[in-house]
Amino acid sequence: MHEIYPLASGFLVWVAFGVFIGGTVLRLVLLALKARRKDPVIYQYFSFYYAARSIIHWIFPFASKGMRDHPVFTIIAFVFHICLILTPIFVAAHVILIMESWQTGWWYLPNAAADIMTIIVVLCLLFFLARRILQKDVRYLSTAGDYVLLLLVAAPFITGFWTYHQWYGFETAGLLHMLSGELMLICLPFTRLFHMALFPFTRGYSGSEFGAVKGARDW
Amino acid sequence: MNTKNNTETGADQKQIHDVAIEEGARRLTREKIHSVLSELIRTEGGARLSAYSNACVHCGMCSEACHHYLSNDRDPKLSPAGKVKQTIAVIMARKGKVGPDFMKKACEIAFTECNLCRRCMMYCPFGIDVAYLMLFIRRACHKLGVVPQYIQDTAHSHSATMNQMWVRDDEWIDTLQWQEEEARDEIPNIRIPIEKEGADIFYSVIGPEPKFRAQLIYQMAVIMHASGADWTMSATPGWDNSDMCMYTGDMEMTARLKKVHFEAATRLKTKRIVMGECGHAFRSVYDVGNRLLGWKMPPLPMVHAIEFYYEILQQGHIEIENKFEQPVTFHDPCNIVRGRGLHETARYVVDKTCKTFIELEPNREHNFCCGAGGGVINCGPPFKNKRVKSNRIKAEQLASAKSKGAEVVIAPCHNCHGGLEDIINHYELGMEIKFLADILYECMKKE
Repeated sequence: MHEIYPLASGFLVWVAFGVFIGGTVLRLVLLALKARRKDPVIYQYFSFYYAARSIIHWIFPFASKGMRDHPVFTIIAFVFHICLILTPIFVAAHVILIMESWQTGWWYLPNAAADIMTIIVVLCLLFFLARRILQKDVRYLSTAGDYVLLLLVAAPFITGFWTYHQWYGFETAGLLHMLSGELMLICLPFTRLFHMALFPFTRGYSGSEFGAVKGARDW
Repeated sequence: MNTKNNTETGADQKQIHDVAIEEGARRLTREKIHSVLSELIRTEGGARLSAYSNACVHCGMCSEACHHYLSNDRDPKLSPAGKVKQTIAVIMARKGKVGPDFMKKACEIAFTECNLCRRCMMYCPFGIDVAYLMLFIRRACHKLGVVPQYIQDTAHSHSATMNQMWVRDDEWIDTLQWQEEEARDEIPNIRIPIEKEGADIFYSVIGPEPKFRAQLIYQMAVIMHASGADWTMSATPGWDNSDMCMYTGDMEMTARLKKVHFEAATRLKTKRIVMGECGHAFRSVYDVGNRLLGWKMPPLPMVHAIEFYYEILQQGHIEIENKFEQPVTFHDPCNIVRGRGLHETARYVVDKTCKTFIELEPNREHNFCCGAGGGVINCGPPFKNKRVKSNRIKAEQLASAKSKGAEVVIAPCHNCHGGLEDIINHYELGMEIKFLADILYECMKKE
C-alpha cells in the first residue's frame, strides 16, 4: 500500500489538476465553439451588464425570490458551497504541503475552524441526501448519479477529517483522502459537478435575454 | 370559489385521445424516430441544449414556479425539471432511440403540460430555459408529424391563408368595412383606413379578432380616431400578426408569417407597427420571427397596444371622462411582461383609467400564467378539462383578489382571456374579464 503513496501524492495530483483545469477549459471552449456554430443568438444578445446583474442576484443569498421562498435550503446551500470551496484551499495541512514543496504559501485556517467547516460540509451533504430521499419532487428528479455525486463529494472531507485526527487506520484514510480528492477533481468537468463552471454562462445568458431583450428581471 | 372535481388532477388524466397524435404516432417506426431525432440534435441541438442538459443539478427549485405542479397536488412529474426528465433527458440519454409511444407521451407533455411561460427560468439558479427545451420537443413532434389536431389545424390555416382562422381575403376587408359602418353610427366621420400608404401606424391584429372579437377592431378604431393617430391596416395577408406555428415547432412557417407581416408594414411605407392586445403574437414578432429572419431586433419599430395607450394617455392625446367604477385587478401576461417588461407601463394605463386597482399576488414578472398560453388552449377541446384543472392555483390567485374586492380582471392578451374565462367559469369565481381597450373605450372622451 505504501508504494501507492508517492504516486497518489505526486503524479496523480498533477493528473487530477490537469484533468480538472484542462477538462473544464476544453469543455467550455467546445461549448463556446458550438454556440458560435449553432446558437449564434447567444453572442448576439449577450450583454455583460445584464449578465452581471442576473449573476449578482443569484450569488448573494436571498437576492432572488426563489431563495427567499426557501430560506432553509438557501442558507444550507450557501454555507455548503462556501465551506466546500474554501476548506481545501485554506486548510493548514494543504498550505503546509505547498510550502514544503514550493517554499511559498498563503494564509491558512485555524485547525478548529477547518474541522468545523469540514463537519458542516458533511452535514450539508447529509441534508441534501435526506432532501433527495424525502422531498417528493426532488426524489423523482434524482438519478443514481446524483447519489453517487453526494458520496464523491463527501469522501475527501470524511477521509481528510479522519486523517487529521489520526484515528484508527488514518494512514489508509490519508491515502483514500488523496485518491478521493483526485477523483472528485477528475470527475468535475464530466459530471453534474460541472454546473460550477456552467453557472456564469447559463445564468448570464438568461440575464442577458431577460434584461437586454425582454426588459424584465429574472430573479 | 368552487373547487369541484379538483382532486381529479391533470396528471391522472393521461392518455387523452387526440386523433392527430394517435394517427401521427401510428405512422412512425423506431427507425424513423431515431433518424429524425438524431438529425435534429445534430443540426439544431446547440450549446443551449448541451449546457441546459448538463447544468441541471436536480435541485427542484423550479417545481414551485410551475402552475401545473402547484395545481396538481405537487405532482413531481409536472415540475419543470420533471417534464425535462420525461422528455428531452430520455432522448439525449438514448441518443434518439425511442418508440412511438414515447413520442405520444412527450408530445402531450410538451404541448399541454407546459405553457412556455418561462416562470421557472426565474426560479432556476442556473436560469435553465425549460421553455426552450419543451420547444425542442415540439420541434421534434412537428418533424415527426405528431402534433395535437386542433393546433395543427391552426398551423395549416397559417400556411394556407397566412392567418390563424381560415379568414379569406375578402372576408377580412369585409369585416373591417362592417366595423367601420358600425362605428359610424356612433362617430359619423370615423374611418378604418385600409391600405393607406405612408401612415404613421401599421395596426395589426390576430386572426381571431375579425373571426369572433370584431368589436375590438371597432374599439381600436375609436381609440385611434380620438387620439388623432395616422393609422392604417393592410388589405393583404400580413394583417394577422399571430403565429401558432411558433408553438407547433414549425419554425419555417413562423419565418414566412413574420416576413409577410413585416413586408405588409413596409409595403405601406408605415413608420411603425402597433400590435393589438395579444401576448403570443408579440412574442412571435418581437422575439422569435425577427431572429428567424436574421434580424437582431424587429426591422421596424413595433410596440404592443399597451405602449400605444401609455403614449396617448401620457401625451394627452386622449382624455378620460369618467374613470372605470368597478374595482379591477390586472393579470400580467407572460409574453409582454416576462417577455417585454411592460408591467409598469400597463399599471400606468390602469391607474389613469380605473378608480380602484387591486394587485394580484404574485404579480409582475412573478405572475402565474393563465394556463392557455404557449398554444395550450389551441390544442383544443380534448385537453380543456385538463388545462383548467391544471391551473387551480390561478383560480386561487384570482379568488384572493376577489376577496379584496376585485370584480374585473384586466388581461391585455387574447390567450389569457380564453384561459381566464375558462378558469373563472369552472371555479365559479364570478369575475368579469376585460381588455385594456374595453376600459379605455368605455371611459374616454370619444370626440
